[in-house]
Amino acid sequence: MKVKSTLENYLFVLPAVIIFTIFYIIPFIWVFQLAFYDWDGIMPTKFFVGLGNFIEILQDKIWWRSIWQAGYITLIALTFQNALAFLLAWACDRQIRMKNFYRLIFFIPPVLSEVVVGLVWQWILDGNYGLLNHWLVSLGFPHLVRNWLSDPKTALTTVAIVHSWKGFGWGFLIFLAGLQTIPRELYEAARVDGANAWESFRRITLPLMIPVAVLVGILTILGTMQAFVLIIAMTGGGPAYHTQVPVLRILASMRGSSRFGYACAQGITFGIILVIVSFIQYRFSKRARQYQ
Amino acid sequence: MVNPEQILNSNFQNSKFSYWILFVICVLVMGIFVIGCSTQKTESKATITIWHWMTDRQPAFLELARRYEAKTGVKVNFELYAPSDAYAQKVRAACQGNTLPDIFGILGEKRDFASFVKAGYILDLTPYMEEDSGLWKNSFFSEALSVNEFPEGNSYGVKPGIYAAPIDVMTIQMLYNKDLFRQLGLDPNRPPQTFGEFLEIGKKIKAAEIQGLVSGWGEMWMIDCLANNYAFNLMGKDKVLATIRGEVPYTDPDWIRVFRLFKEMQESGVLYNGIVTMINKTAEQLFANEKAVFAFNGSWCVNVYKGMNPNLNYGVMLPPKVSENFPMSIWGGAGSSFMVNAKSKNKEEAVKFLKWLTDKDQQAYLAEATNNLPANKESVREIPEVLSQFASAMRFATHPNVWGISEFSAVIEAFDKGIQSIIIGEKTPEQVAQEVQKIKERELAKRK
Repeated sequence: MKVKSTLENYLFVLPAVIIFTIFYIIPFIWVFQLAFYDWDGIMPTKFFVGLGNFIEILQDKIWWRSIWQAGYITLIALTFQNALAFLLAWACDRQIRMKNFYRLIFFIPPVLSEVVVGLVWQWILDGNYGLLNHWLVSLGFPHLVRNWLSDPKTALTTVAIVHSWKGFGWGFLIFLAGLQTIPRELYEAARVDGANAWESFRRITLPLMIPVAVLVGILTILGTMQAFVLIIAMTGGGPAYHTQVPVLRILASMRGSSRFGYACAQGITFGIILVIVSFIQYRFSKRARQYQ
Repeated sequence: MVNPEQILNSNFQNSKFSYWILFVICVLVMGIFVIGCSTQKTESKATITIWHWMTDRQPAFLELARRYEAKTGVKVNFELYAPSDAYAQKVRAACQGNTLPDIFGILGEKRDFASFVKAGYILDLTPYMEEDSGLWKNSFFSEALSVNEFPEGNSYGVKPGIYAAPIDVMTIQMLYNKDLFRQLGLDPNRPPQTFGEFLEIGKKIKAAEIQGLVSGWGEMWMIDCLANNYAFNLMGKDKVLATIRGEVPYTDPDWIRVFRLFKEMQESGVLYNGIVTMINKTAEQLFANEKAVFAFNGSWCVNVYKGMNPNLNYGVMLPPKVSENFPMSIWGGAGSSFMVNAKSKNKEEAVKFLKWLTDKDQQAYLAEATNNLPANKESVREIPEVLSQFASAMRFATHPNVWGISEFSAVIEAFDKGIQSIIIGEKTPEQVAQEVQKIKERELAKRK
C-alpha cells in the first residue's frame, strides 16, 4: 500500500520534474559545460579550452569595469532607491488622505515597460531638446545644462537614478506590507510610556523592519546587478564603456563576437559574484538582527 | 466532521481506476509536452516557409506570396520575427535544433555566414545561378552578389560559391537637409565636397545654434562604417586589408589621421551633441523632423523618412573626401539576402521561388512598395530621385563581407569605442590607436 502511494506521488510530480529538468537543469549544466569550450553558436564542433575562458575573464578589464559599474548602480539603488521606498511606505502607512491613490501612483513605474521608460527618459534627458535642460534654463540654472547621457561624468549616475525611479515601487510595496504587520498596540504602549514619534520609530519600527529590509536589500542587489534593458534603451552601454554592465558584456560576447563559451564563463563568474554578495549581506543582516 | 482527505482516500485512492486516470493524465501531459518540443510540423511539398526580420517589407512580401500561390499553387509563408537581434538568435537556435525553415536570412558578420555554410545549413546556389548561361547570376548587381559569394582561396575555408540571393541592395552615404542649408546661407544644390568644407559648415551650424550630423553611433557599426570609408580614402584598400591581416599597425600615421578626423568633426561643431549614445532610429527621427542638417545613413532610410515626414527636402552626398590619394569609398552591396536551407525537403521549390522573387517584375514591385533599391539590375527604373542618387553611388561601394578577411570582433569593438572616447574628449587619437593595436596584437597572439 505504501509503495503504491509513493508511486502515485511520484507519478503526480513526474511531469513537473521532467519539464523542470529539460528547461532548467539541463541548460544549467550545459552552461557549465560550454564555459570550457570555444564555440561560435553555429558550428557543430566545439573546441575544448579548459580554464582558458576563465583565465581570460580575469584579465578582461572591461568586464571588471562593468562589474564595478553595476556595483555603483546597485549602491545607489540600495541607498537612494530603498530609502525613498521606505519613506514613502512609512508615509502611506500613516493615516493620510488619499493614501490608496499614492499607493497606486508609486507602483506605476515598476509595471511600465523598461524599454518605454528608457526611451521616455532619453527624451527627457536629451542634451539639445530635453525637458530637463529646458526646465533648468527656465528655473535660472543654465550652468547645470548638459548632455546627461552622453557626458561620461554624468551618464552612469543618471542611469542609476532612472533605474532607482523605475524600481522603487517594488521596495515600497514590500516595506508597506512589512509596516502593516507591526502590531499597533506596540505604538500605543510606547506612547503611554512617554515615547515620542522619533523614539517609536527608532525603537519599534526600525528593529521590526530589519527582516523586511534584508529581503528588499537582497532583491535590490540581485535585480540591479542584472539590469540591462533600461541601459540598452537609454545609452546602449555608452558613451564608450561608461554605462556597461555585466549582462551587456555577456550579450556582447554572445551576439557581437559569437563567443558562446566565453559568454557562458562570464555568466558563471557573474553568478558566483552574486551568490557571494548575497551571502555576505545575509551574514551581515543576521548579525544585525542578533545585535537587535 | 467530514474530512476531505478521507473522502479522497475512499473514493479515489482505493479505486483501481485511479491508477488508470493517473496514467492517462501523465500520458496526455507528456504527449502535449513532446508535441510542443517536436521539430517543425510536416508540411506538404507545396508550402515554403521563409523567416525574415524586415518589418517594413512584410506587407509587400505577403502580397508577393499571394501572387506566387495564384501563379503556381505553391503556398509561401513569410514569417516575420523582429527585432533583428531576436531574429538573429532565433536562427542560431533553430540551426542547433534542426528547425530552420526552407528559406531564411542571416544577420551578422561574414564569419558567421561562413560558419553556417561550413556546418551544412546553407545550400550552394552556384549551379542554379550558372544555369542558362548564368541568366540568374547576371540579373544581379555584381556588388550585391559578391557579398554572398565565397571566392576561391577565401580565408574562411568555405568551398567557393554563391550561397544566397540578394533581394535588395543598399549604400550608406551622407544626407543633407536642403532647407536647413538655405537657412545657413548655403547652396542647397552644392553639398560639401571636401572635409575642409564640411568642417566650415560645422562652424556655421555651431554659430546658428542648430545641430549638425546625426547617426546611430551608439550602435557602433555605423561609426565603424564611416571610419572605414575614410581609411579607404586616406590609405587605400590594400593598406586597410594589410592592417586587418596584421601587417600594418593601427598606430600607423594614416590610422591616427582617421581617428583625428572624428576629433576635428567634434571640435568644429558638425556633430550632434550626444551622437555617441544615439541609436539609428533616434537619428532618423531627428533628421526627418528637420532637427539636424546632416545624417549618415543607408538607402533604407528613404522609406523611413517618407513615413516620418513626406515633405522632407533632402539630398544625398558622398562623405566629403579628405585626400586625393585614393577614391572615397562607401559601404554598399546586398542589403538583405535569402539563403536556402540545405537540409530542407523543399529546397528545389525554395530555389524556384527565390528565382521568381528576384525576377525584374517582383523586384520592381518590391522597390516601389518599400523604397529599397532592387538587387536586379533591370528593375532600376522609375525609382525616386533620392533613391537613384543612392543607386548611382554603387560604383564607390565596398563592404567588409567582400574583403575576404574579417577583423577580430574585439578589435572592432576597441576601434569603435575608442572613436566614441575621442568624441567625448576622453582620449586622444594616439591613445586610441595604441589601445586598438594592443588588442590586435593580443588577438593575433591568441591565434598563433
